[in-house]
Amino acid sequence: MAVVTTPRQKAGWGVANFVVIALALIPILWLVSLSFKTPAAILDPSFLPASWTWGNYTSILQNTQFIRPLINSIGIGLISTVIAVTLASMAAYAVARLQFPGKSILIGMSLLIAIFPQISLITPLFSVERRLGLFNTWPGLIIPYIAFGLPLGIYTLSAFFREIPWELEKAAKMDGATPFQAFVKVIAPLAAPGMVTTAILVFMACWNDFIFAISFTSTTASRTAPASIAYFSGGSVFTTPTGPISAAAVVITIPIVIFVLFFQRRIVAGLTSGAVKG
Amino acid sequence: MAVNAEVAAGSEAVQEQTPGHRRQLSEGAKAERRLGLLLIAPAVIVMVAVTAYPIVYAIWLSLEKYNLELPQQIKFVGFANYGAVLSSQYWWTALEVTVIITVFSVSISLVLGMLLAQLMHRTIFFRGAVRTASLLPYGIVTVAAAYGWQYAWTPGTGYLSAAFNNTAALTNQAQAVAVIILAEVWKTTPFMGLLLLAGLSLVPEDLQKAAKMDGATTWQRFRLITLPLMKPAILVAVLFRTLDSFRIFDNIYILTEGANNTGSVSILGYDNLFNALNLGIGSAISILIFICVAIIAIVFIRGFGTAAPGTDIGKR
Repeated sequence: MAVVTTPRQKAGWGVANFVVIALALIPILWLVSLSFKTPAAILDPSFLPASWTWGNYTSILQNTQFIRPLINSIGIGLISTVIAVTLASMAAYAVARLQFPGKSILIGMSLLIAIFPQISLITPLFSVERRLGLFNTWPGLIIPYIAFGLPLGIYTLSAFFREIPWELEKAAKMDGATPFQAFVKVIAPLAAPGMVTTAILVFMACWNDFIFAISFTSTTASRTAPASIAYFSGGSVFTTPTGPISAAAVVITIPIVIFVLFFQRRIVAGLTSGAVKG
Repeated sequence: MAVNAEVAAGSEAVQEQTPGHRRQLSEGAKAERRLGLLLIAPAVIVMVAVTAYPIVYAIWLSLEKYNLELPQQIKFVGFANYGAVLSSQYWWTALEVTVIITVFSVSISLVLGMLLAQLMHRTIFFRGAVRTASLLPYGIVTVAAAYGWQYAWTPGTGYLSAAFNNTAALTNQAQAVAVIILAEVWKTTPFMGLLLLAGLSLVPEDLQKAAKMDGATTWQRFRLITLPLMKPAILVAVLFRTLDSFRIFDNIYILTEGANNTGSVSILGYDNLFNALNLGIGSAISILIFICVAIIAIVFIRGFGTAAPGTDIGKR
C-alpha cells in the first residue's frame, strides 16, 4: 500500500470513505430517529424527530412481551455459544493437529451445514420437537443454534489453531504431558483469542436468528427478542406500533454495536479466516 | 489485517509441512486416532442429529398426506405432494422471485463489495472507521434493519417514500422486490467486501508496480492482474452469497410477508407449515429447496471450479 498519493487522490479517498460510512450508517440512524419520535411525529416523514421522546423506550422496557424475550435471547445465545465453541474447539484441534480417518467427512459435513437452507429443517424439526416436548423451550432453540454454530466455529478455529506455535506442544509432550494435557494446559491458553473471536461470531449468529425463533416458539417462555418484535401489536388494530418496534430494534442492535466497536479487528479476522457465514 | 489474509490463503503451504504423516500405525498414532475421533464425536453427533436425521425424516414426511388439522387422515401418497407443489403456480412464482432477488442482490453486492474492498485496501485515512461502519450492516439483526427499511418506505412515515413522491413501494410487486434487494445489498455488501479484501491482499504489490511501469492503465491492471489472481476468492464469496441469498426469509417476512407475489421459496415453505399446517406439502417444499441449493453448490464447485472452503484443511 506504499502508493504515492497526491493531495487530490487523498481527497478522493476521503470522499469515498465518507460515502461508505454514510451509506452504512443512515439506515441505522433512521431507526434510532424513529425510536425517539412521538406518536404524532411518526406521521411526519422527516429524517429527524421534530420533538424527541424517551416514551418508546420506557414503554418497551416495562413490557414483559419484550423484556422476557430479551432475557431469552441473552440466555439462549450465551448457552448456545459456550457449548458450540467448546465442541468446535475440540473438533478444530483434531482437524488442525491430529491424523485420523474421517477428517474430510467432518469438513464436508460442516460445509454442508454452513450452506444448509434452514427452512428445510423447519418442518421436520418442528415435528420432532413437538414429539420430544422441546417445542417452545430454551433447549428447543439452543440445540439447532449449536448445530449451526458448529461449522462456523470449526472453520474459524481451525484457521486460528494453525497459527499457534506447536513446538510448545511438542515440548510439553517431551516433558511427559499426554496429548490431552498438552491441549488443555499449553494450547488452550494460546488459542483463547481465536476462541473469543469465534464466540463473538457464533453469538451474533444466534442473536440474529429469526426463522428458528418464530418456528420453534409459541409464547414468551422461549421466544427471542427478534421474534417478539414481529409479534408486537399496537393499542388497536389500526395503529402499528412503529415507535416501540423501532425502539426494540435499536435495543437489540446495541450489543452488535458494542461488539463491532470493541472487536472490529477480531471480527474481520474471524470472518475472513473462516470464509463462512453463520 | 494482511496477516490474517495470509493465514487464510497461505495455509496450504504450511499444512504440507505438518509432521506426523507416517502411515504405519505406531502406538502413538493409534492413540492420536482415538483422540481425534473422540474430539470430533460430540460435534458430529449434534450436527447429524439436527440436520441429517431431520432431512431424512422430511423426505419421509414429504411422501405422506399429513395435515396437522386432520391427524386421523395421515397416509402414504408417494410423490403426490411433489406433483402438487410442482404444478402449483405459487411454487414457480416464489422460485422466480427468489432467483431474481438472488441474481440481482449477489451481482450488485459483488460490484459494490469489490469497490469497498479496493477502498479498504488502498485507503490510509479512516481505515478503522470504514471497517467499523461497514461491519454494522453485517452485524445488525436482519429483522431490526428490515423494520427500518419498511418504515422508510411507508407513505407518510418514511423519508425514502417521501423522497419518491410518497410511493407505497411495498404494495407493488416490482417495487417491493426492489426494496427487498436494496435491503439485502445493504446488509451483505460489507461481508462480500471483507472476503474480497482477503483475496485482494494476496495480489502482489510488485506485480502491480511492474505493470504500472510497463504502462498498463488502472483498468488494465485490474482486469489482467487483480481479477485473475482474485478469481478463487471471488468464486467462494459469490458461492456463499448465492446460497445465502437463495434462502432469504427474514427481510421478506418483515417487509411484505410475501404479499403481492413477493414471497421467496422459504416464505412459501414457512406458510405451508404454519398457516396451512400442511406437513406433507411443507416437507416437499423443504426437500425441493434443499435440491435447489445442492444444484447451485454443485454448479459452482464442478462448473466454475470453486474451491470449497476447507478443502485445503481436509488435505492435511
